Amino acid sequence: MAKLTFHGGVHPYDGKDLSKDKPMKTIVPQGEMVYPLSQHIGAPAVPMVKKGDRVLVGQKIAEAGGFVSAPIYATVSGTVKTIEPRRVVTGDLVNSIIVDNDKLFEEVKFTPHDAAKLNKKEIIELIQEAGIVGMGGAGFPTHVKLSPKEPEKIDYVIANCAECEPYLTSDYRRMLEEPQKLVDGLKIILKLFDNAQGILAVEDNKPDCIEVLSKLVENEDRITVKALKTKYPQGAERQLIYAATGRAIHSAMLPADAGCVVDNVDTIVAVYHAVTEGKPLMNRIVTVTGDAVNDPRNFYVRIGMNYKDLIEEAGGFKTEPEKVVSGGPMMGFALFDLNVPTTKTASALLCLTKDEVSMMEPSPCINCGRCVDACPGRVVPRKLAVLAQHQDEEAFIANDGMECCECGCCSFVCPAKRHLTQSIKSMRKTILGKKKK
Amino acid sequence: MSSVLKVSSNPHIRSKDTTAHIMQYVVIALLPATAFGVYNFGLHALLVILTTVATTVLTEYLYDKCMKKKNSISDFSAVVTGLLLALNLPPQAPLWLGIIGGIFAIIVVKMLFGGLGQNFMNPALGARCFLIISFTSIMTNFDCDAYTGATPLAVIKSGEGSVELLDMVIGRISGTIGETSMIALLIGAVFLLVMGVIDLRIPGSYIISFALFVLLFSGHGFDMEYLVSQLAGGGLMLGAFFMATDYVTRPITKTGQYIFGIFLGVMTGIFRLFGPSAEGVSYAIILGNLLVPLIERVTKPKPFGKGGERA
Repeated sequence: MAKLTFHGGVHPYDGKDLSKDKPMKTIVPQGEMVYPLSQHIGAPAVPMVKKGDRVLVGQKIAEAGGFVSAPIYATVSGTVKTIEPRRVVTGDLVNSIIVDNDKLFEEVKFTPHDAAKLNKKEIIELIQEAGIVGMGGAGFPTHVKLSPKEPEKIDYVIANCAECEPYLTSDYRRMLEEPQKLVDGLKIILKLFDNAQGILAVEDNKPDCIEVLSKLVENEDRITVKALKTKYPQGAERQLIYAATGRAIHSAMLPADAGCVVDNVDTIVAVYHAVTEGKPLMNRIVTVTGDAVNDPRNFYVRIGMNYKDLIEEAGGFKTEPEKVVSGGPMMGFALFDLNVPTTKTASALLCLTKDEVSMMEPSPCINCGRCVDACPGRVVPRKLAVLAQHQDEEAFIANDGMECCECGCCSFVCPAKRHLTQSIKSMRKTILGKKKK
Repeated sequence: MSSVLKVSSNPHIRSKDTTAHIMQYVVIALLPATAFGVYNFGLHALLVILTTVATTVLTEYLYDKCMKKKNSISDFSAVVTGLLLALNLPPQAPLWLGIIGGIFAIIVVKMLFGGLGQNFMNPALGARCFLIISFTSIMTNFDCDAYTGATPLAVIKSGEGSVELLDMVIGRISGTIGETSMIALLIGAVFLLVMGVIDLRIPGSYIISFALFVLLFSGHGFDMEYLVSQLAGGGLMLGAFFMATDYVTRPITKTGQYIFGIFLGVMTGIFRLFGPSAEGVSYAIILGNLLVPLIERVTKPKPFGKGGERA
């Protein structure tokens, strides 16, 4: 049976109070918009516009580059300035469509649908066409996730409402402000899986969300709300499935192998917009927070906006930040430059006045075992980090190094401040890179 | 580039725990036993303690200097080693004994193997065993102003005379400086447990398996008095809570820690009941230390999704 939690994990300072009680604010974009062609896992999208073309809000500007890929839509009206490589949050240069915003926000016509009258194929096509990808951070195309080999064997559709990353409150605001959209989105996904139950899996540090959602699904016989114990990384896919259903999968398995489909809050709301309103994925919620910004809060953002504009909307910097992270503090990417666009997978912008990590120097491992206790993957990070430093791929794999989910717990708890996650992560990258070849 | 920010790989936050904190907690946890030792045996014991701790810290400092290494004494581990070693010395030990032991512990057992985290044997215990073998008569002479004659464990072993249980639990007996008071040691142990520095896996399996061994093989049957004096006497409590739990020299895997504890319990039982000496904790632990790599190898945990999720 489900235990509503998992073994291991950590309890970092959660910092959610900074932004959680302020309502979402919609931002009207001003400057140029940047649409990287690769905002998802899989083949990059292929541009359908060229320099000088006029585009409208909701117009498809790049089509999917394959089945595992997703199209991209303009979120403002204006003219295509150019198509050129631009820097994204990971630091990579990615070919991007640049649109000059004419601030008229002229829209294409969206066709609403009655979800009840659509069949499964039509729903999946709408989701695919809308360019929806996993918005929790992974960016895996949602239509692929929703098309398992044997859809009748899916027992649970889990809405990942855990939001276990410290500082992040975008899912929290969404659940409070638009809970009906989340429930309706989940109902649409449930239509794809005849034998599935829907689970809204929320961490128990959000009792208000649990209350609101529970009331909404009171009369839904296919949806339940589950309060999971608050612990990082409760929202990690494998840990979430285990906590919610008691089923466990390893790194080489897909959630579908355990009869589960997991989608993040924003993704499910995007499904709702795509199917009932006929609107493609154009917006997302971004938490702009941290002790360096004046007005930390959540913003309803048009994808493609520059991060600098987000900071400005949040009242600018109180003090010059030392570190800015795209995403949460445990798994996010540190930026060296703020001049990057908001993408489909950008959940937060965390601005810290101090980079506590760079002030710490690693000291020798004392074998304390805290990393072993904290590891949700139940491996021995200390050993894996040593094997990674020795570049011993064979032993790394033999010691289950590939079971690591890079959640950061081991580095977080290490009293010697060793770079455990970092070593393991780079080794995993090397091995995965070789596999692909 | 508009602004230069610091970049690093995730995670971007860290817990407040540091190696030095952990070592400081261990020192704090040893203070009740230290204070009781000084109270019980007198000021010379305090001198032995101070000399030994000063020796270990100074030795590590000088070693780092000579080897042109980064100074490592600020991690407090040398203080822990010195204190543990001192608590394992007889109360009337000459000061040079602590100095020799301290130098041996730091240089031979710890630094030559690469310093903190690299030693395969508990430095304090390695030094104690070195001293017992080299200076047997001094190390096994527990006569002092307060007490003369054999330690309670030796009394029990010889079967001649009797021991006062209450005195053994409180610590009003002869023995090494820090091992006599079960109560003082347990106060420190509870502190370490509460602070999350140690858990009960090793001390629990050690003490329980030792107790079972004594019940089965001592020939005293269910003689509770005998059992309690075995538990309270000698270095069992000091060893089980403060030395067998030494991070560096115990297995890192959970199953391994139980195996390690049980091994120590059985070995201590064998040494105490069948060996020539009344004591056996130190040898049991350093023997156990040697087995750690093997224990870790056979107790590799199962990862999540491959059976390890229910661990």
